[in-house]
Amino acid sequence: MSGMDAYISDVVKSIAPSGIRKFFDLVAQAEGGIISLGVGEPDFITPWHIREACLYSLEKGYTMYTSNLGLPELREEIALYQKNRIGVGYEPKNQVLVTVGVSEAIDLALRALLQPGEEVLVPQPSYVSYVPGAVMAYGKAVPVETYDQDQYRLRPDSLVKAITPRSKILVLAYPNNPTGGIMQREDLEALTEIIIKHDLIVISDEIYAELTYNGQHVSIASLPGMKDRTLVMNGFSKAFAMTGWRIGYACGHPEIIAAMNKIHQYTIMCAPIMAQKAAIEALRNGEEQMRKMVAEYNYRRKLIVNSLRQIGLECFQPQGAFYCFPSIKNTGLSSEEFCAKLLIEEQVAVVPGNAFGNNGEGHIRCCYAASVSNIEKAVEKMGRLVKRQNNQ
Amino acid sequence: MELKKKILELMEHDARLSAKNIAIMLDEEEVKIQNIITGMEQDKTIIGYNTIINWENIGNDGVSAMIDVKVTPERELGFNKIAERIYRFPEVRCVYLMSGTYDLSVVVDGRNMKDIARFVSHKLSTLENVQSTVTHFVLKRYKQDHFIFDEDETDKRLAVTL
Repeated sequence: MSGMDAYISDVVKSIAPSGIRKFFDLVAQAEGGIISLGVGEPDFITPWHIREACLYSLEKGYTMYTSNLGLPELREEIALYQKNRIGVGYEPKNQVLVTVGVSEAIDLALRALLQPGEEVLVPQPSYVSYVPGAVMAYGKAVPVETYDQDQYRLRPDSLVKAITPRSKILVLAYPNNPTGGIMQREDLEALTEIIIKHDLIVISDEIYAELTYNGQHVSIASLPGMKDRTLVMNGFSKAFAMTGWRIGYACGHPEIIAAMNKIHQYTIMCAPIMAQKAAIEALRNGEEQMRKMVAEYNYRRKLIVNSLRQIGLECFQPQGAFYCFPSIKNTGLSSEEFCAKLLIEEQVAVVPGNAFGNNGEGHIRCCYAASVSNIEKAVEKMGRLVKRQNNQ
Repeated sequence: MELKKKILELMEHDARLSAKNIAIMLDEEEVKIQNIITGMEQDKTIIGYNTIINWENIGNDGVSAMIDVKVTPERELGFNKIAERIYRFPEVRCVYLMSGTYDLSVVVDGRNMKDIARFVSHKLSTLENVQSTVTHFVLKRYKQDHFIFDEDETDKRLAVTL
């Protein structure tokens, strides 16, 4: 059969293919030998004690389903961890849901909460799954721009401007991919009145929370009046270098968690037990190794920002995650042109900023989860391109 | 002292890190970092720099042995004098004073087993205070100073992910 397009659902068809598909194809065609600052994951391998805990659980025969919500001991560890980290207590029995990465948690929340046509406010530049996630849940994503000069914090006036009577959910993804921006306590406090007044639910994607470099991450769930209307989402991918394990969780009001679990039980059943076992080990004994990795990222963060500024790119000092988001506007190239040239002429991969929303244009995302020598080499090569452009 | 510790932690795993980069990483002046490193070299906090080499890769078949040595300590000097007599030999890579069933652990490098046998029988065992030796030859080196010898270090991540 040909012409299967007619069979595809209108909703799926309405999702625009990623604007940077061309660039991805280019990367796929590139032969080996490229230096990549284009990844979205740690360069560390999962610490051995965590991998070993998983092996041990396999040896012991833990290969079965778990409760839909996840292993009780994992939910207890998650509740304890959140109490210690963000100062918010959750009941492991009905306020914690273990998911296949934060990605699943986001999908569940959007589907559990949205009525057709309701709006999801997405501060941009942002990670790419919130907008299509809203569409697939029959909702509508409304971008809210954040700006370089504000260090990509969400401004109350920008939020107010974007709110309509159909606004239902606000996504807060801080520390932010791709900008490295964070929201400090006072930034969040400035939003809570608006959120409560307009009766919004917050999806707080805190996957990079441990990668906050100056001071402690603050969750909006910890602010007065916000716990019940916030879904805190976190996971193990970034802090514990466990991306491929696909394990995350959502914490929130029992009724919302139950609604999410309804979808989860019919679509996923449960997160893989081996990943859950590894996650228990990560939370019980993983802090020391995690702190070492975060310290490493912090060193590299300073190094890459310094190097980028030296080659003439403006770059705000990221305060979280492992990305920086320099401007390439002074080269006269678009984000995609710059990235394509960098890949072809200098064999360095970074991600065009417009992949993360229209206002990411003019920027590139550089991931510094890479060795010091690769960061130095990549930025040096980038410097050659910038120089050639400026001499034209 | 905290700054010294941070510099040493960075240098412990990568002696090639430049003072310039260390300065950027620690938000300090390069000159200040260089001065501290020089100071620590002078006061022997930093003893030296070497390279961890997998000699097998260039077909070098040298051998190493760990030798357990029982000695009679000397009055007033304890084990230090006899340790010094041993560590002065250039083929000796390490000497540790140990708790347990023997006293000194000596790591020796040689071109072949005969070399090491000669060292043990001619030089080590003949020292007046040495009571006995047990020699263990190293068959394979898996990990040394935090570095794994046969680690597959290729980056298995996709080149671009969002």
